[in-house]
Amino acid sequence: MSTTAAVEAIDLVKHFGDTRAVDGVSFVVPEGSVLGLLGPNGAGKTTLVRMLTTLSVPTSGTGRVAGFDILAQPTEVRRSMGLTGQAATVDEILTGRENLTLIGRLYGLPKKYVRETTEMLFERFDLTDAGDRMAKTYSGGMRRRLDLAVSLLAAPPILFLDEPTTGLDPHSRSGLWAVLRELVQEGTTLVLTTQYLEEADHLADEIVVVDKGEVIAAGTPTQLKDQAGRASVVVTLTRAADLDRAAELMRSHSSEVHIEVGSRRLTAQAGGLGDMTRIAAVFETSGIELDDLGLARPSLDDVFLHLTGHRAEDAQDPTNEGVPQ
Amino acid sequence: MTAVQTARAPAARPPISPPSLLRASSTIVWRNLLHIRRMPEMLLDVTVQSVMFVLLFAYVFGGAIQVPGTNYKEFLLPGIMVQTMVFSSAIVAMGLTNDLQKGIVDRFKSLPVPRSAVLVGRSISSLIHSSIGVAVMALTGLLIGWRIRNGVADGVLAFALLLLFGFALIWLGIWVGSLMRTVEAVQGFMFTVMFPLTFVANTFAPPESMPAWLRAIAEWNPVSAVTQACRELWGNGLPAASDAAWPLQHPVLVSVAWSLALTAVFAPLAVAAFRRRSRD
Repeated sequence: MSTTAAVEAIDLVKHFGDTRAVDGVSFVVPEGSVLGLLGPNGAGKTTLVRMLTTLSVPTSGTGRVAGFDILAQPTEVRRSMGLTGQAATVDEILTGRENLTLIGRLYGLPKKYVRETTEMLFERFDLTDAGDRMAKTYSGGMRRRLDLAVSLLAAPPILFLDEPTTGLDPHSRSGLWAVLRELVQEGTTLVLTTQYLEEADHLADEIVVVDKGEVIAAGTPTQLKDQAGRASVVVTLTRAADLDRAAELMRSHSSEVHIEVGSRRLTAQAGGLGDMTRIAAVFETSGIELDDLGLARPSLDDVFLHLTGHRAEDAQDPTNEGVPQ
Repeated sequence: MTAVQTARAPAARPPISPPSLLRASSTIVWRNLLHIRRMPEMLLDVTVQSVMFVLLFAYVFGGAIQVPGTNYKEFLLPGIMVQTMVFSSAIVAMGLTNDLQKGIVDRFKSLPVPRSAVLVGRSISSLIHSSIGVAVMALTGLLIGWRIRNGVADGVLAFALLLLFGFALIWLGIWVGSLMRTVEAVQGFMFTVMFPLTFVANTFAPPESMPAWLRAIAEWNPVSAVTQACRELWGNGLPAASDAAWPLQHPVLVSVAWSLALTAVFAPLAVAAFRRRSRD
């Protein structure tokens, strides 16, 4: 198993005037893995991606993409990666196919390859019929898929996605997730930024949480959730009449039991799976009928709240990083 | 560390051969011209609008304006062509700001192409854009009685001067386009600059009739030199009055000098502003 780094950020710093958009960020993305850069608006995610993809020059620090230094070998970096999302875009006046022709010419790819690959990608992204229409007539989801097709034309081993699903409806979002998972299976390394905790949880092998330009946590989704606090066992009873007795049974295993009468639900702090099986066994012998019993881990939203003291979604920073001013 | 051999078999990657500046620029020109073909209304500014200008001035104001040694239509055509070339700086600025704003420049920058290709491609397509306007105006002029009365060589030289002057002003457009954030801002700014620049000149009326201070400004305006040069080369009227300012006495030479000077001032400013914008 190769553990070569596909992408490395080495103490990256970017200041815009007095604003420290990125303030010393380092991480390593092993080849073939998915890194999720998670953080609220204005956290510095887009600026990080712009630096790693050579669109923006770091104030200090550097990075490597496919082993090439972003400062010393920008052309090699550009040959090795694709970029899609907020910071890169499609030409609305051109048709879908013309967009790929344009990019193919700029890569200097053989015409035949561009033609064939375009049809293949359009087939895959369900754009074949819309291929000869101007991109400005496309829906949000189609536009993202076209953007992705453009980024994949040169088959880059590394793909940067800046908020790939922001503004998409749930259906388009899950469609895009499926495509991204396929790419990962084919061996593509992904670096994606997202404000959606669910998205990072869903796609990423490793998550780097950034807030105000700094890394505030890093790890696998599971590790991060464990950091935020312990899991809890959630029991839903069939009959409300059993609530008191069930609560007593659970108290013998956990000091903190929370009762929700309306939904007949009891929540007990637990250490993990072991506690859950023990509580399950107790109910088994008690004769109390259960609708459901399970282990609830804290969501990434809880993780964020725990790490930053504010929720991810309502952390609106006035200095939006999308378009650096 | 050397290039990483990725999980994807190297053979699966197509041969990438980054294009030369020339090829990358011509690809961007192709793309910009495709925009014009898709949206012919983009040409309204240099076609319908220019024809309208020619007809309005020739027939509405023409009778009221006395020009020495020729009729007003002959006098008007060179002036209005210079005005069209001046407006190419607004066209380049709006196009560039639009591409920056929409992230198209970012897309190009993420590819292994020379970054200056964006500017070169933009400049060439804007010059083509304005040249279409000049051609439309030449045809309109021919229909209403304007003629190139001197030889072919002088005729061509005048068109070359127009292009050279347009090229110089394109740098102004790139500078403004790189500094401003929205197309609306660019439009507002450029038109505020372009209108006095093209009207306080000998384009539409002889400066002799202006108040002395305004006449001095008009006669030193580079637009006037280029207009006077075209008029003389095409045989559309007399040489400048003997009391006219020095630039109008040597219009061809001064037109070339102004073009070079404007390029020398605005090209470094433009490239620096675009670079600065590109670093963020």
